[in-house]
Amino acid sequence: MRLSENLPLVWGLMVVIGLITFAYRLSFIMLLERVGVPAWLSRALRFVPVAALTAIITPELFIRSGALDLSPMNLKLMSGIVAILVAWRTRNTLLTIAAGMVSLWVLQTVAARLA
Amino acid sequence: MDRKLVNTNSNAIRREFWAGVRDEAPLLIGVLPFGMIFGVLAREAGLTGGVAQAMSSVIFAGSAQFITAQLIKVNTPWIIIIVTGAILNLRHVLYSASLAPRMKHLKLPWKAMLAYLLTDEAYAVVITRYAKPDGGGPNGHWYFLGAGLTLWSSWQVSTLTGILLGALVPSSWSLDFTLPLIFIALVMPALKDPSAVVASVVAGVLAVVLSSAPLKLGLIAAVLMGIAAGLAAEGLIRHQASAKPDIGGVGGVEDVKDVRDEGGKGYEAQ
Repeated sequence: MRLSENLPLVWGLMVVIGLITFAYRLSFIMLLERVGVPAWLSRALRFVPVAALTAIITPELFIRSGALDLSPMNLKLMSGIVAILVAWRTRNTLLTIAAGMVSLWVLQTVAARLA
Repeated sequence: MDRKLVNTNSNAIRREFWAGVRDEAPLLIGVLPFGMIFGVLAREAGLTGGVAQAMSSVIFAGSAQFITAQLIKVNTPWIIIIVTGAILNLRHVLYSASLAPRMKHLKLPWKAMLAYLLTDEAYAVVITRYAKPDGGGPNGHWYFLGAGLTLWSSWQVSTLTGILLGALVPSSWSLDFTLPLIFIALVMPALKDPSAVVASVVAGVLAVVLSSAPLKLGLIAAVLMGIAAGLAAEGLIRHQASAKPDIGGVGGVEDVKDVRDEGGKGYEAQ
């Protein structure tokens, strides 16, 4: 029998992964109350947002078809650079999205014409 | 008098909740197509519509759902599927730690509910709110709830749409690219002091270098190294700052921040 047809097992799998994920999400939120935040930890936690968000962004921009691509033909990288400049100058989320997406669409059109 | 006080409070709560909804909204441009694609792929993987839909509320983590569906499709042993999901979602521990200090005062049901809603996309928006000078104020958890529920409901609806109607949005529109763009908009203002820049650069470079590592392990390693680099840079800057006579002693966390900012300026001027 295919695994996807074994409904009790599929539901079991799903619930276990769901519980593990929930436990992760609740872990420090629940524990920190009891143990308090050590000073070193609160200093370290300050860096979580910038480190995590940047680590999500950069592979999206620099990796194309599984490999590092720094060429101008990496359209997401080019559009990302435009978005970074707009975000830096304006600090406006909607303008950043608009600039990045319009750049990407324009570059995709141009690249399609050239090809 | 009392009634007025209560009204003001409920207004503040409502305002905070809707601010969360509003700030989460732009992320839906990227999340909705993503949810639809999940619905489509889960059906193609042989899952029933009910299982596919349930996965979006029971697991409620995009990348883990995609990979679980894929592994079920190819008949992977169940223990490997669970371990894969467990490793893939590890980053949520970091998010939990990062938000925990702001949630200490909440009762357990609130903590449990908000923890359930703690995804990448909710974290990015909520931590940005908490990092502002007023830090979300006493009603910050309502902001979290607004942002979290917005994402949750659109994830459920988009999954259902994908199951029933297909992806609807052509992939050539590249709407998934809006998510990294929004994260860019959220990160840039946070890069004010040099140690944050160091943390960001190290995490960003390592995430690219380690991008072929399986199960997002590269992401976790990159984030941890970024944090370590940020701490090291901060220590170095504070060391330089402490050599200057015009900067006061180090007290609580706020004082540390002040010293860091002062040190940052000095660092750049050299």
